[in-house]
Amino acid sequence: MTAQPLIVVDRVTRIYRMGDVEVRALDGVSLEVAAGEMVAIMGASGSGKSTLMNLLGCLDRPTSGRYLLDGKEVSAMTTDELAEIRNRTLGFVFQNFNLLSRTSAAENVELPLVYAGVPAAERRRRAAEALQRVGLGNRVGHHPSQLSGGQQQRVAIARALVSEPRVILADEPTGNLDSRTSVEVMALLKGLGDAGMTVILVTHEPDIATYAPRVIVMKDGRIEADERKEAVATAGVPT
Amino acid sequence: MSLWETLRIALNALARNTLRSFLTALGIIIGVGAVIAMVAIGEGAKARVEQAFASMGTNLLIVSPGSSSTRGVFGGSGSMPTLTWDDLRAIREEVPSVRIAAPQLRSSAQVVSDEENWTTSIYGVTPEYFDIRSWAMASGAAFTASDVDTASKVAVVGQTVVEKLYGSGADPVGRVVRIRNMPFQVIAVMARKGQSPMGQDYDDGVFIPVSTYRAKIQGGLQTYIAGSIFVGAISADATSRAEREIRSLLRDRHRLAPEVDDDFQVRNLTEIASAQQEGTRTLTTLLASIAAVSLLVGGIGIMNIMLVSVTERTREIGVRMAVGAKPRHIRAQFLVEALTLSVLGGITGVGLGLLAAGRLAAQFGWPVQVRPDIIIISLVFSGLVGIGFGLYPAHRASRLDPIEALRYE
Repeated sequence: MTAQPLIVVDRVTRIYRMGDVEVRALDGVSLEVAAGEMVAIMGASGSGKSTLMNLLGCLDRPTSGRYLLDGKEVSAMTTDELAEIRNRTLGFVFQNFNLLSRTSAAENVELPLVYAGVPAAERRRRAAEALQRVGLGNRVGHHPSQLSGGQQQRVAIARALVSEPRVILADEPTGNLDSRTSVEVMALLKGLGDAGMTVILVTHEPDIATYAPRVIVMKDGRIEADERKEAVATAGVPT
Repeated sequence: MSLWETLRIALNALARNTLRSFLTALGIIIGVGAVIAMVAIGEGAKARVEQAFASMGTNLLIVSPGSSSTRGVFGGSGSMPTLTWDDLRAIREEVPSVRIAAPQLRSSAQVVSDEENWTTSIYGVTPEYFDIRSWAMASGAAFTASDVDTASKVAVVGQTVVEKLYGSGADPVGRVVRIRNMPFQVIAVMARKGQSPMGQDYDDGVFIPVSTYRAKIQGGLQTYIAGSIFVGAISADATSRAEREIRSLLRDRHRLAPEVDDDFQVRNLTEIASAQQEGTRTLTTLLASIAAVSLLVGGIGIMNIMLVSVTERTREIGVRMAVGAKPRHIRAQFLVEALTLSVLGGITGVGLGLLAAGRLAAQFGWPVQVRPDIIIISLVFSGLVGIGFGLYPAHRASRLDPIEALRYE
């Protein structure tokens, strides 16, 4: 059993200033996620789920409160340190894939490794492996424009997992996909969770959320519900 | 992340917009090309002037008689003779900064060979004259002091005269030419010297001992030198001093009161040459600064396109930041992109400039001279332009908020 949860969010607030108006996007959110958990964050737009996601993804810093990722205090980190955390510990999957156009699938997948300073040969090998893992081993040289939406999202997932991060953050990963490919992509993410990666996904679709054993519902910047469906499945997953 | 990696990303980004990259670099290409071509032309002109003056003689001063009351208006050498043979000796013996001095008397006369005739300049000189003017012989040997002492009828002829009288390539040493109907034996042919800075043909002349000249060619007044005195200073730096010393010596000898103008003229060829060079240098500087301005304009073009590029690729920047790019990675990426653009433009510009200079040389016979240091300087400068004008767009890119950037449409 891990002594400390992988993610500890402790009474975090995030306040945006828009001119004279203060917007409390997060209002005292506390949350713990153990290593290997798969969590879905749900909520209407404006509920603060995207803000929470940005904070968890180290793209943003809380106005107050603490965020510990793998035992490290993230809220006090510099921009460069945050970049390193994103590079090594986190992997992102976006709703609109966010692949670099006119760049091959392999090169897209290599991108995190480029900034991690991995030598070119090893990069290529690991990118090919990651693409193999998402079932695109035969699409290495294809450009995003030559791939279907589902394939593009799988490339994005390969990019997220190529650096073998602790946490995969997926922000509406199926938002731009039809229901059939959504199933494929979710199966892939579920597979990563089963293999021991912590997966946090943001969605507003209840049937997508059902893939996750734990569902957190946000409303007005607060956690409204935090439910574990099958308590047995989440605890004690070996990492 | 290595520099090589950054360079590869930059090249890829530039290759994606080939036409735009080319048009952006065009400012630098034209700027650098202009610098290279302009300086090559300027240097060529300078070299031509230098060579022309060098062919007149080394550390040369020319003392000629004349009335100073009409300064600037030449009556022609000998039209108002004031220099005496004693003056010449005094210059030679009493002025410390003078190495040698020689007279040059000149008149025009017809020269006749067995086959042809040619009207040319006849010069009466001493052997030192050839030394002052650093004039070598192509064949034969010049006359000596004893030829001057005995007033022997020997002649040293220029290349043009040889061509006119005997045809090109002929060696007339040992043959006889008639000058004013007097037979002179040709003892030497001078090396070709080309044109004076004013376009006069140096090789169109016949040189005879000054004593012979005075006895046979010249007539009348003999105490005065019916020509000018060529003076060789001891060094290039000494020419100004020699000029001053000769002036005061001659004023002294001619007993000129302080308020009276000189009755002679001293021309310092070294100084005239450097004045001319100054002129061409000014021209070169002017041309180069115009070219530099166009380089600067090219830099502004780069900045413009880089700013557009940063905006266009906001999302890409967001993605790169999300997967772990630090601000300095983003800054380096755009900076290297601007640098690549400007340096590639610079290299193309150098090629273009060299091509233009070569064409001008080939087609119009302009004397162009490419300076390697200018090539280096303009490449470095175009690199600096790239960095200078790439810095702000790169900085802007690196300061983007990843969340905003990812959301950018």
